[in-house]
Amino acid sequence: MEQNMLRKKRSLKYTYIDCAIIIGLFVLLAVLENIMMPTHIFFTVVKKGAIYALLAVSMNLLNGFTGLFSLGQAGFMLIGAYTYAIFTIPLEMRESVYMYYDGGIINFTLPVVVAVILAGIMAAAFAFLIGWPVLRLKSDYLAIATLGFAEIIRAIFQWDKLGVITNGANLLRRYPKFTSALVPCAVAALCIAIILLLINSSYGRAFKAIRDDEIAAEAMGINLFRHKQMSFMTSSFFAGIGGALLAMFQTTVQANAFKSAMTYEILLIVVIGGIGSVSGSVLASFLYIAASEWWLRFLDSPMVLDNGFQVPLLRVGFRKVVFSVVIMIIVLFYSRGLMGDKELRTENVVNGFRKSKKKLREWISDRRKKNREVAE
Amino acid sequence: MDFVQANLPYLLAGISVGGQYALIAIGYTMVYGILRLINFAHGDVFMVAGLLMVYLVTAVPLAAAIPLMILFTVLIGFTIERVAYKPLRSAPRMSIMISAIGVSYLIQNLAYYVTGGLAKTYPSIPWVSDTVTILGATTRRVTLITPVLTIILVIALVALIKYTKIGMAMRAVSRDFETSQLMGIKVDSVISITFIIGTGLAAVGSLLFFSSYTAVTPVAGAMPGLKAFVAAVFGGIGSIPGAVLGAFIIGICENIIKGLGWTTFSDAFTFALLIVILVVKPSGLFGEKNTDKV
Amino acid sequence: MSDTILRMDNVTMQFGGVVAVNDLSLQVNRGEIVALIGPNGAGKTTAFNCITGVYEPTNGMISFNGQPMLRNHPAGKMKKFYAGAHADKFTKAYVPQDEEALAAIAAAREAGDELTAANLQAAYDDAAEQRKEQALLLDPHAFSDKVIAPTPDKITKLGIARTFQNIRLFKSQTVFDNVLIAKHMRAKQNIFTATFRLSYKEEKRMREETEALLEEQNLIHLRNELATSLPYGLQRRLEIARALATDPQLLLLDEPAAGMNPQETLELTEFIGQIRKKYNLSIFMIEHHMDLVMEISDRIYVLDFGRLIASGTPDVVQNDQRVIDAYLGVSDDVED
Repeated sequence: MEQNMLRKKRSLKYTYIDCAIIIGLFVLLAVLENIMMPTHIFFTVVKKGAIYALLAVSMNLLNGFTGLFSLGQAGFMLIGAYTYAIFTIPLEMRESVYMYYDGGIINFTLPVVVAVILAGIMAAAFAFLIGWPVLRLKSDYLAIATLGFAEIIRAIFQWDKLGVITNGANLLRRYPKFTSALVPCAVAALCIAIILLLINSSYGRAFKAIRDDEIAAEAMGINLFRHKQMSFMTSSFFAGIGGALLAMFQTTVQANAFKSAMTYEILLIVVIGGIGSVSGSVLASFLYIAASEWWLRFLDSPMVLDNGFQVPLLRVGFRKVVFSVVIMIIVLFYSRGLMGDKELRTENVVNGFRKSKKKLREWISDRRKKNREVAE
Repeated sequence: MDFVQANLPYLLAGISVGGQYALIAIGYTMVYGILRLINFAHGDVFMVAGLLMVYLVTAVPLAAAIPLMILFTVLIGFTIERVAYKPLRSAPRMSIMISAIGVSYLIQNLAYYVTGGLAKTYPSIPWVSDTVTILGATTRRVTLITPVLTIILVIALVALIKYTKIGMAMRAVSRDFETSQLMGIKVDSVISITFIIGTGLAAVGSLLFFSSYTAVTPVAGAMPGLKAFVAAVFGGIGSIPGAVLGAFIIGICENIIKGLGWTTFSDAFTFALLIVILVVKPSGLFGEKNTDKV
Repeated sequence: MSDTILRMDNVTMQFGGVVAVNDLSLQVNRGEIVALIGPNGAGKTTAFNCITGVYEPTNGMISFNGQPMLRNHPAGKMKKFYAGAHADKFTKAYVPQDEEALAAIAAAREAGDELTAANLQAAYDDAAEQRKEQALLLDPHAFSDKVIAPTPDKITKLGIARTFQNIRLFKSQTVFDNVLIAKHMRAKQNIFTATFRLSYKEEKRMREETEALLEEQNLIHLRNELATSLPYGLQRRLEIARALATDPQLLLLDEPAAGMNPQETLELTEFIGQIRKKYNLSIFMIEHHMDLVMEISDRIYVLDFGRLIASGTPDVVQNDQRVIDAYLGVSDDVED
């Protein structure tokens, strides 16, 4: 009992350290923004990485923590992105954006914060409607049905009869964007923190129970449908916010871009990070974006070495080939991903360090003993 | 007569597309029947078959290109199963599905790399690609060949499954994986053969499909693949006649919708149909119902 | 108020053409330990799955605490394929007949005594009406075919908890969390108050209750172990503890002693007796270990091929020829 109290206290201490580290990272980012060129690729990576981190974590909530294999992420992102864009394009710009639809029919704008939250709410509302039919389906049927819904959503948003609202198949643009990388990072961090709180609450435990064993969870009095619906809506809410952030990052939105390939990309990030690990998803997002946007860029352009040797294979598209090979290797040989279902926390790092230290010591004393025996 | 003339092309196109979907759908339905896996990469293998044809005709005469294309496609299908699915046979269902998505991603990126992202023109095959006129409607001959060829292939396949030893093994494995393993059926080779048949039919399907659409892009396989999968679910996954019927229904409906001027929704319709069938009758038209044991 | 806690009336469960449970009627009284035994494949677990709402029975009614909890009658396609008992009830309207009374009326009419016949008829109608009212009191939908099919979670909420034949613990979670999850059902918090820690008081209470329960079950020292890392016997204990955490009135145990050695079985016997007393439970269990069953049960029901073949106290059941036949098989050639 006392031991347990002690443990709790220590755990709390480490949580404070975790928070301090995150705040430290934010300060570092603010400093970097003031000393580095704002157009540096680093900031692109941080911005996009933060947005993808949120998207990956929201997908992980559903796929990793509730065990629902859903492939509808792109659809919810689309709803979020469109909701944000539609309600924030300044009135004087509408004429030029909705040039084929006489400026559209929405003649008011919402404050950015309200629009971002509305983006999440709209996505969650769609999830509520879609959830009725699809959440009763079993694993792979659920995957294909959610994928189907994402495609339907995409078609609806491109429908020219709705063009007065969605601008049909044309771009939406000229809505407010962010310049500082701190904005997406802060929003993503806030959302991820909320998801973390949810996962560690009674409802999060119920979600995990459903993932582990639906029948046992039901026998424990957990209403499967209601809880699946909640997880689905929460995940979609944050996917919608992620979509709104993505819209800001990309500066234009077009329904055609939100294809199932986008969902797959996020799913693969979740897998790389470890299904069921929030920190894994975050880490994997930044790594994935950094690799694809920055570190591996060189793979896409031909390279001639100083001695005139033309490096073979390097040309447009090679980066993604390397990428997909790496992903396949992870899927096949390291299916636990970076983190498995563990979290990257100071507490776990310190404990892991202690354990390995202890192991090392045991190993050394073992060796000494053996040596002595041999000597004798 | 005017009505027929106006709508016949859509109907013909529908039947033809339906036949092409059917050939892809069989691959999905057979693999699902045995491995309980949605082989997301199947549509991409179909696209690769199209690309292979594009590159093969530049090297060898057409008569040799077609069998070679089918052979290579089958080899690819076989390899994918061995490399990406076999190691995960005892893993949770989600991982093998993720592996399938990974393979799909890999194939698309490889195709993008090889083609440089450009749409490749599909070689026109004499006689097959010729235009003909029936009942006053102009169409390509492939439109007429497709349903006939599809039906012939399906009958041959059903006969294979019904009357041969390997067919019996396939049925046994799809009914009960573990037991058939215990009964001495070489499950691995049955699965390989399933993939070989599935990809072989998809290769034939790609020949017909791209002959009528002429361009191959790295993502050209994704949509037909998904639609064929919907067809397989619609017909009752695991059932070959079901998949074929589902494919024809989807092909025809889709083209009628296009004819009505609702092109934006022709893809969405397929998925709407999927969701309706999953909600109303999850086992599809001819599927069997499974209950989980508690 | 009778102290019948669980009552099954004519429950039939049919899968396709297979009748797994056929016309099973039984009852468990408050405070009793009742065992359901029978050879493998007799339909015991199916009966449990009907009670807990995992399966929707094809026919019959299950009441809990005198209230109908679950009811179904063959409908649609099942009307044609129904192969269980009382098939005639569902093909035409069922009118309960009291043959003796009807015969008396007919006899009076035959004898030309119209007055007596009318009186008898009135008395019969009154009795029928009363029976109907009584039935309605017990079950407001007694004369309608209204289906009651709650999901398993609702049944757990009513106060029926269960364990599983093949242990179903939450694999990735600790012993403590496994039990804590059972407290979620009765929590008043919603997803917002839970996420933003507005209901921390309730959370604290849930944790304290869980701790207390683990302490009582002598599992507290294992609180931070993964549930699946426990030895088999302890996993069974944990599953029972988890079921107890839902505050049940009735506990269904599906083969609690499966895979246990005689020593462990003995401990379990004692343990079941203890929890009954401590938590005021009624227990209904499926078990194959006859030592345990005979030792602990107040009453026993025996199933064979889905049908009830015997019931009563352990002594009665033990000496019942049909039970012996069911377990040992009947010799076909008696002459030898």
